Amino acid sequence: MRNLRTKTGCVAWIKAAAAGCLFALASLAPVVPAQALIEIDITQGTVEPLPIALPDFAPEGADAQLARELTAVIANDLRRSGLFKPLDAASFIEKGITANSSPRFGDWRIINAQALVAGSLARQADGRLRAEFRLWDVFAGEQMLGQQFFTTQENWRRLAHIIADAIYERLTGEKGYFDTRIVFVDESGPKNNRVKRLAIMDQDGANVRYLTRGDELVLTPRFSPTTQEITYMAYTGNDPSVFLLNIETGQREIVGNFPGMTFAPRFSPDGQRVVMSLQQGGNANIFVMDLRSRATTRLTNTPAIDTSPSYSPDGARIVFESDRGGTQQLYVMGSDGSNPQRISFGPGRYSTPVWSPRGDLIAFTKQHQGRFMIGVMKPDGKGERILTEGYHNEGPAWAPNGRVLTFFRDAPGANGGPKVWTVDLTGYNEQLIATPAFASDPSWSPLID
Amino acid sequence: MLNSGIMTRGARIAAVFGFALTLAACAQTKPDGLDGNAAATPGSSQDFVVNVGDRIFFEEDQSTVNVQARATLDKQAQWLNTYGKYMVTIEGHADERGTRQYNIALGARRATAARDYLVSRGVAGSRLRTISYGKERPVAVCNDNSCWSQNRRAVTVLNSAGS
Repeated sequence: MRNLRTKTGCVAWIKAAAAGCLFALASLAPVVPAQALIEIDITQGTVEPLPIALPDFAPEGADAQLARELTAVIANDLRRSGLFKPLDAASFIEKGITANSSPRFGDWRIINAQALVAGSLARQADGRLRAEFRLWDVFAGEQMLGQQFFTTQENWRRLAHIIADAIYERLTGEKGYFDTRIVFVDESGPKNNRVKRLAIMDQDGANVRYLTRGDELVLTPRFSPTTQEITYMAYTGNDPSVFLLNIETGQREIVGNFPGMTFAPRFSPDGQRVVMSLQQGGNANIFVMDLRSRATTRLTNTPAIDTSPSYSPDGARIVFESDRGGTQQLYVMGSDGSNPQRISFGPGRYSTPVWSPRGDLIAFTKQHQGRFMIGVMKPDGKGERILTEGYHNEGPAWAPNGRVLTFFRDAPGANGGPKVWTVDLTGYNEQLIATPAFASDPSWSPLID
Repeated sequence: MLNSGIMTRGARIAAVFGFALTLAACAQTKPDGLDGNAAATPGSSQDFVVNVGDRIFFEEDQSTVNVQARATLDKQAQWLNTYGKYMVTIEGHADERGTRQYNIALGARRATAARDYLVSRGVAGSRLRTISYGKERPVAVCNDNSCWSQNRRAVTVLNSAGS
């Protein structure tokens, strides 16, 4: 099983190489893992974080500062997941460890490190970086993983995230989510005259880049699962409308030619369709547009507000919110609009449903007695759990591994504003993502981008 | 009228902070001042805002045009039927105590309710367009219902005179 996972990891790295960014040349000295290696069970609510030693990657001809920063980004990813406790470097007994050292396991057992990452960062003659690391099970004295990467200097943060993903995956058995980005709405200016810009950042808040200038109101960006595109709503032209934006070329186009305002867009899992709401008088109905044929299809037709559609990962069903029964509630229908069934029945109003990439859960915003919560339920409405609750939490979005959610938390009053947070599926480990200004409407990229 | 003080305050706040951008973006005529004591030229946009009232308010999560709102819309209809040169945009808004997408639709529902009422009072539908800003353009920013109630609104905005 472990061998299979390691192979899966290599496939992912080869995909990354095909994208032209990073190259995984080889696994380092593959060894057959022993039977009883450490493993984190992340199905429980409270996880005792695994003590892991991450000595700075040894700079072999590379910039020592860069090696330190690379290691720090890896450690920060693992710490923020809530599943790992990177140990204080001051406690390390063995010094100068490299990717090719044979660790003195006794030195690491004494400080109670259960896992050890020993790495090296070298600069090639052609200027590229070569990173190598081995993940060791300290108590078994066994290598769990060994990898080598080549990349250009400007990719060093992605390199760190990919290494963190490999460690996370090897120790949890789940896909990582660190080599990902989040698109969001940057908010500046006073509360009654906010300037909103589309922006994109790494999942840890680094590398913020603005995609629009703020001269028009933009809302609800959503990543394509397959391309470097986002879909969002912008106030431009006669009616506010849904647009597509290529985040690499900056090319933008309107989605469809609808007679009225379109909003609440989201891609289908194959990236070939955009589902959204069309406002018709006092009613909002759900339509889908095929991006290749440009054909549009009506999916709902009710005298109500039907909005926030989100596909199941197999594309067969759509969850959405509707006030057709009097208040906002969640409904699931076939992706052709057939057989809508209400699934939310608890006290309060339910909105902004979003289907987990694993298919097993639907996350939502819930309003009850003046409080705004983020929760999850199964697609049949059973097993509702509230993950976070407070003055105003809104708009959950899933990490690509379906383990972590991002959402925004607004603060009251004239000087209040939203910030983007993440929370584990269990409801534990809330983490703020530091952004330059207020931030809302986060949406997570797929893993390989 | 219980709301008159609040309305005036809301309008002032809007004049200072909020409306300039909205209005400029739509190439609309901006009232020079909103002082209730000013002698506005009859038929001017200032006359409309000060003497008629450019906005109506809604209950939480509702789009019903209540008695007070109908009184305002009756005056708007009469004025618009007198001064037929104006094209009109009705902006629907929601307070911040809702989710974004729903509030966009709720604002549209409120704008449509105001539009439909004006049409029922003889204003030509061809003069009226609607837009919703959801919860994106509050005029009052405090953290209680005294502000939220000002934000749950439909505002009748006079555009540059049509052809």
